[in-house]
Amino acid sequence: MHSQKCDNTLTGTVRDFHDGNILVNATLSVNGYDIYAISDFDGKYTLDGLCAGFYTITITHPECEVAEFGIDVNGNLSKDFKLEHHTEELSAVTVKGENVNKGSSSSAETVLQSATIEKYSNASLGDALREVTGVSSLNTGSTVVKPVIQGLHSSRVLIINNGTRMEDQEWGVEHAPNLDLNTASSITVVKGASALRYGGDAVGGVIVTDISKAPSKDTLFGKTILSGASNGRSLGLTTSLLKAYKSGLYFLGQGTTKFAGDLESPDYVLSNTGLNERDFSLGFGLNKFTYGFDVYYSFYDSEVGILRASHIGSVSDLVRAINSGTPNSITDFTYGIDAPKQDVQHHLAKISLFKRFENAGKLSLDYSFQQNNRKEFDIRRGDDKDKASLDLQLTTHTLATNFLYDAATDLKANLGLEGSYQENFPDPNTGIRRLIPDYEMYSFGAYTTVDINLTDNLRLDAGIRYDYSQIDAQKYYQSSRWEERDYESDFGDLVVDRIDNQLLVNPVFDYRNFSATVGAHYDLNSDFDLKFNLSTASRAPNPAELFSDGLHHSAAIIELGDLRLDKEQSYKASVEFNGQLGDFSFSLNPFYNQIDDFIILEPNGLQFTNRGAFPVYEYAQVNARLYGIDVEAGYRISQEFDIKSSFAYVNGEDLDRERPLIDMPAPNLNTTLSFFKTEWNNLNISLRNQSVFEQTRFPDNDFDITYVNDGGQEVTESVAVSEPPAAYSLLYFASSIDLNIYKQSKLTLGFYIDNVLNTSYRDYLNRQRYFVDDLGRNFRIQLKINY
Amino acid sequence: MKTIKISILSLIALIGLNSCSSDDDSTPEIINEEEVITTVEVVLTPTTGDVVTLKSIDLDGDGPNAPVLSISGPLQAGILYNGAITLKNETVSPAELINEEIEEESDEHQFFYQFSSNLDASVTYTDTENDYLSNGSTNPVGLTFSLQANAAASGSFTVTLIHEPNKDASGVAEGTLTNAGGERDVEQTFSITVE
Repeated sequence: MHSQKCDNTLTGTVRDFHDGNILVNATLSVNGYDIYAISDFDGKYTLDGLCAGFYTITITHPECEVAEFGIDVNGNLSKDFKLEHHTEELSAVTVKGENVNKGSSSSAETVLQSATIEKYSNASLGDALREVTGVSSLNTGSTVVKPVIQGLHSSRVLIINNGTRMEDQEWGVEHAPNLDLNTASSITVVKGASALRYGGDAVGGVIVTDISKAPSKDTLFGKTILSGASNGRSLGLTTSLLKAYKSGLYFLGQGTTKFAGDLESPDYVLSNTGLNERDFSLGFGLNKFTYGFDVYYSFYDSEVGILRASHIGSVSDLVRAINSGTPNSITDFTYGIDAPKQDVQHHLAKISLFKRFENAGKLSLDYSFQQNNRKEFDIRRGDDKDKASLDLQLTTHTLATNFLYDAATDLKANLGLEGSYQENFPDPNTGIRRLIPDYEMYSFGAYTTVDINLTDNLRLDAGIRYDYSQIDAQKYYQSSRWEERDYESDFGDLVVDRIDNQLLVNPVFDYRNFSATVGAHYDLNSDFDLKFNLSTASRAPNPAELFSDGLHHSAAIIELGDLRLDKEQSYKASVEFNGQLGDFSFSLNPFYNQIDDFIILEPNGLQFTNRGAFPVYEYAQVNARLYGIDVEAGYRISQEFDIKSSFAYVNGEDLDRERPLIDMPAPNLNTTLSFFKTEWNNLNISLRNQSVFEQTRFPDNDFDITYVNDGGQEVTESVAVSEPPAAYSLLYFASSIDLNIYKQSKLTLGFYIDNVLNTSYRDYLNRQRYFVDDLGRNFRIQLKINY
Repeated sequence: MKTIKISILSLIALIGLNSCSSDDDSTPEIINEEEVITTVEVVLTPTTGDVVTLKSIDLDGDGPNAPVLSISGPLQAGILYNGAITLKNETVSPAELINEEIEEESDEHQFFYQFSSNLDASVTYTDTENDYLSNGSTNPVGLTFSLQANAAASGSFTVTLIHEPNKDASGVAEGTLTNAGGERDVEQTFSITVE
């Protein structure tokens, strides 16, 4: 070796090979020399003082296998290292670093980790997501819970279950997501449309659930959670087991069973609100360094009772319910579930493959199959008594491929294609005209996204996506409806057949949607960071918005779709500013969302039947805008005590009519005081106050109706359906402690009280607020064993 | 190699699944709703004089067309009428008589007949559950009743059918709606004249 200057530098980033995540605090040491470095907050490292020649570098990281890399140095070099990153499934000593961005690096997003998810083991996905500031829920009672992200829900919020977009008839406001949250090891909420990989129509946002990743080592571990609650006298059991081998092979299995009887408000039993749920999932796969595959199947089966008092036959029933303030049907507690009820099954089967190409990136291919069977039972007469009123089977096949380019240090790009075929079959044996018609839908999407590290503290990202979809439906219309809608002039050529008083129509509609995102993520210094994101999303009308046509029993309204609807397009700007000032930390997330041709359901007159008059609600399009802010603040009082507060506000306006949008979440404030002491077996005690303000911005949809009162008099009365309920405050108590029961096993005991003061309240976003008070006090206990 | 094999297999599976589901372009079956009550007919037969018939026909059920009401003539004051109500579904042919279902489930149904306050008239039930179910129950159903108006006047007469009423609640057996609960399957008001 000739003489040389030993002043070469090796720089780069340490990343997780599986997902490209940066790895913070990885130790890099040059074998045989006293040269080492630790990767910083951005995963970056610098090794100085290298001579020209061949070196072996050992990299260690608390969550990874030790790895050695050989490198030839001749001058200053840049080299990224990828480590096999193990998620810390076992006894979760180390909290996993920040997840890979589901949206773009500039999007406002929040991740719920398994510790939070486990607290809601016996509840639903929607309940757990309320932990996220800016996420509320649209409920039908307490068991049908739909997430609302910054004021938007249903078809505007995509739910990605282990990489697959859920196709579970999410358009219905009474249709909760059909997935067991116990399958998720983490849940990410992206507040906006920047997660283009998952769809271009996320006007509201995207919720991504991930299952446990198997480590590449010989291990067997699992956990079991047993939960019980006083309200509803419920019991839930969930258990999961994962067997992994050093070769990368793994097997996992998981199952959940829950049951609950009638829930109770402070003053009365909420009759027929029980729940029965059984779910399981199975998977196996191989995760090698450069290639692998996953096979996954999950099954969800739930039977949910719908409050008996909310099933009404006519508007005069509704008027009586609103005026009386108490439900008209209260029976003793039972575990039995009668009509009205929902009976839903969801199957998801998935095969994923990936292959990593050196100096290029990772190519993945996913095929998924989903089948959703939804039966809804109403109170019926005669031979139809035990027949479902609604019986839909939705089948979806999706094939998707994505290429992730990550060979360059400062540039990461995704290119993807996705195609899907969907078929809806409403069973005619219900004997009730179909709410959603038979249809076939083909869709195709293509996207590309890039993420660039412009400087050490500035990252830029951008993405575009194009979607094409075609819906080919076959629907029977009543002749009277077809005429009343004045469809003959516009859609007369779609009529296939005219039979007695019905028409068979074959609408075939195409939609072309364009969505895009652009943003920046700037680290001011180690304590402050700022994200700015602009996104546009485009959503085609869903089958309910196009085709629904009939009576809604829980609202006593006639709901009418409109064949004339076109896509809606949103333009959203969001800023997230996070900071830390000593023991004080904060996060501010203001947003502005302008939505052109926003599809709303609004009242339009009355319709008369032999059951009296019903208000008619029609789908229509208006220009709308939403703005608001999510705020979080925390203060560490001492080693043991801290206090956290979060506040969310949304303001929605129908710009065409200059009036507020309906169903916007009321401003809400949560404050939690926690005590935590590691030395006392991780004893954790917290007290939370949840204050929900009164929603003062609402559209006046009250209508006058003439009906016969109990005394036989015809009276004309305004039906007060619009006014939101009063503000309320609830107190929650939570406590948990860890006990080591055996070498590898840990027992966590939890005791919780919800609505400690047994406060009577009603929530604006609960569709049963006309009929009953919300839940009363609930004592819950939870036993968790990790092994 | 393994991955390639699996990817080929999955593609085959996809094509296979797709081709079986896209075959069925069959026309969906038409549904003629069985439960819809298109026709409410009240026949009032007096001890002497003309029969009075009150009818409400709504052939498109929950569709946009309003029911068509017809009243054959005025009632006579001071005359006792024997009343009977018939519910039909005329969207199917032959028309389905819904009374049969009400009779079979007469413990879960009850008709209520009400007059506006400017009419001095009353209705008395003339049937019980026991007539249809032989269950020993004396709770009324209201498929038959007697009606008498005492003085000449005009006002409204309302027919209500409640599904799953609380028949044991106070006043319900006497035909008072206040505590009946349940949900309305029929609610129709006729403008009647008593001469």
